[in-house]
Amino acid sequence: MSLEKFMNEAISPWMRHDGPDSDIVLSSRIRLARNFSSEPFPTVAGGEPLQNVLSYMEENFTGQSFRDYEAFQLVKMDELEPIEKRVLVEKHLISPHLVEKGEHSATLISENEQVSIMVNEEDHIRIQLYFPGFQLDRALEQTSQLDDWLEEKVDYAFDEQRGYLTACPTNVGTGMRASVMMHLPALAMTQQINRMTPAINQLGLVVRGIYGEGSEAVGNLFQISNQITLGKSEEDIVEDLHSVVRQLIEQERKARQTLMSRSAVQLEDRIYRSYGVLRHSRIITSKEAAECLSDLRLGIDLGFIKDIPRTILNELMILTQPGFLQRYAGESLDANERDVKRATLIRERIHLEDEDL
Amino acid sequence: MQCQRCQQRPATVHLTQVVNGEKNEVHLCEQCAKEQGYMNYEEESFSLNDLLSGLFHMEGSNNSQVFKESKQAKSGLQCPTCGLTYQEFTRVGKFGCATCYETFDERLDPILRRVHSGNTRHHGKVPKRIGGDLGVRKDIEKHREKLHQLIQDEEFEEAANIRDEIKKLEEELNRGKGGES
Repeated sequence: MSLEKFMNEAISPWMRHDGPDSDIVLSSRIRLARNFSSEPFPTVAGGEPLQNVLSYMEENFTGQSFRDYEAFQLVKMDELEPIEKRVLVEKHLISPHLVEKGEHSATLISENEQVSIMVNEEDHIRIQLYFPGFQLDRALEQTSQLDDWLEEKVDYAFDEQRGYLTACPTNVGTGMRASVMMHLPALAMTQQINRMTPAINQLGLVVRGIYGEGSEAVGNLFQISNQITLGKSEEDIVEDLHSVVRQLIEQERKARQTLMSRSAVQLEDRIYRSYGVLRHSRIITSKEAAECLSDLRLGIDLGFIKDIPRTILNELMILTQPGFLQRYAGESLDANERDVKRATLIRERIHLEDEDL
Repeated sequence: MQCQRCQQRPATVHLTQVVNGEKNEVHLCEQCAKEQGYMNYEEESFSLNDLLSGLFHMEGSNNSQVFKESKQAKSGLQCPTCGLTYQEFTRVGKFGCATCYETFDERLDPILRRVHSGNTRHHGKVPKRIGGDLGVRKDIEKHREKLHQLIQDEEFEEAANIRDEIKKLEEELNRGKGGES
């Protein structure tokens, strides 16, 4: 029905709004891992138990609504084309792991795309909820209510001592992964983020580059999340993460000020060069695009560039990835063709803004 | 740049390998990289499993004799519900079902402690429906801790309020039990 909608729009409806601190924090996410007590976990389960779980979820939740999260639609993995799956991954609505699982796996997506409930990923149920900007508390509160809503119909695997039982020992207890996606160009430029990472790890939190490999973050996007799920309450875990993110925001703002006072012209030059590349290039790799988009975002935040809204950067970041490019082109493209298509798409999108003025 | 392997397609995957301190750069096309096993789209592609199963095997490894014996004893464990053996569990690093947690219970503390910074017990949310009166009992526990703190701080007025709340919760708990029996 509206699968087309999930596919055609690069950014989900909730991304169109700015949240608190959204110059630095792109989104806040809470993910809960849950399992049926009655069936073996997807790690070992054969087709029948997995089908039981999927059918139960389909019967009880398809078309249902909970508060702002309306008309959950079940999207089955084995009914999607490879490019469609890739698009959902690029929109962060499903995980790459769910795609690999294939048969008997699905996801329930709310109309506003804020909630995605993955079925038969590593665990039977993975509830994830996004908020724009820095809104961890709100995300936790709402996810917990969604969890209660599911629990009215599902007997969860739970143990008084160990908490919510999950396939992987790294998720047991709360089953919760709270994460925040941050744009930290100034901390990355000044190499400070590398120095801060070990200290953050000490607190049981993890810093990851989003598109890059290892600690290198392409586009200066970092994900900060909790590592520990056992022994602390959900609220305490979120509070720890919250205070570290708050500090990172302040450090990033300070680093931006320092850069502005010491090398404003160099910074302005870098930003406008990147802007030029995005406006005029005919071939652009995903890495270069991500770097230039990061510079452009910084340029908007610092007030150098005024005629581009920040939200189109979120859109372009997703739109310029391989799955979307191919969806947009309506055919599969090799790496070279993608680089050409990517450049075209970025140029068109930026020129569109010019016309609006 | 062309792919080093097939010399045909453009290289889009660039890898830097460090083996024994020697740096080596590899430039491949997507297809060759896949064939060489370099492409792994999974989120935690450095294989958390390997890391975890490594942790499991560390257990008691300082004495090889003891290690051998305990390993034999452990490998005998098998989950009655899903059939997963302890050996398989340590290899894969994942449980097979809820019962596995009971089956391997006595082996779990050291593993969980390593993964969760020394923690082995859950201190978070309790499911409303199937959690039964556990939620209330946890509430009472939390209130008692608070009460203790308030008395220490000589905040007697607030302490009296908390004491009343505990009473109410206890009554609720007893009522629940009375209803069942």
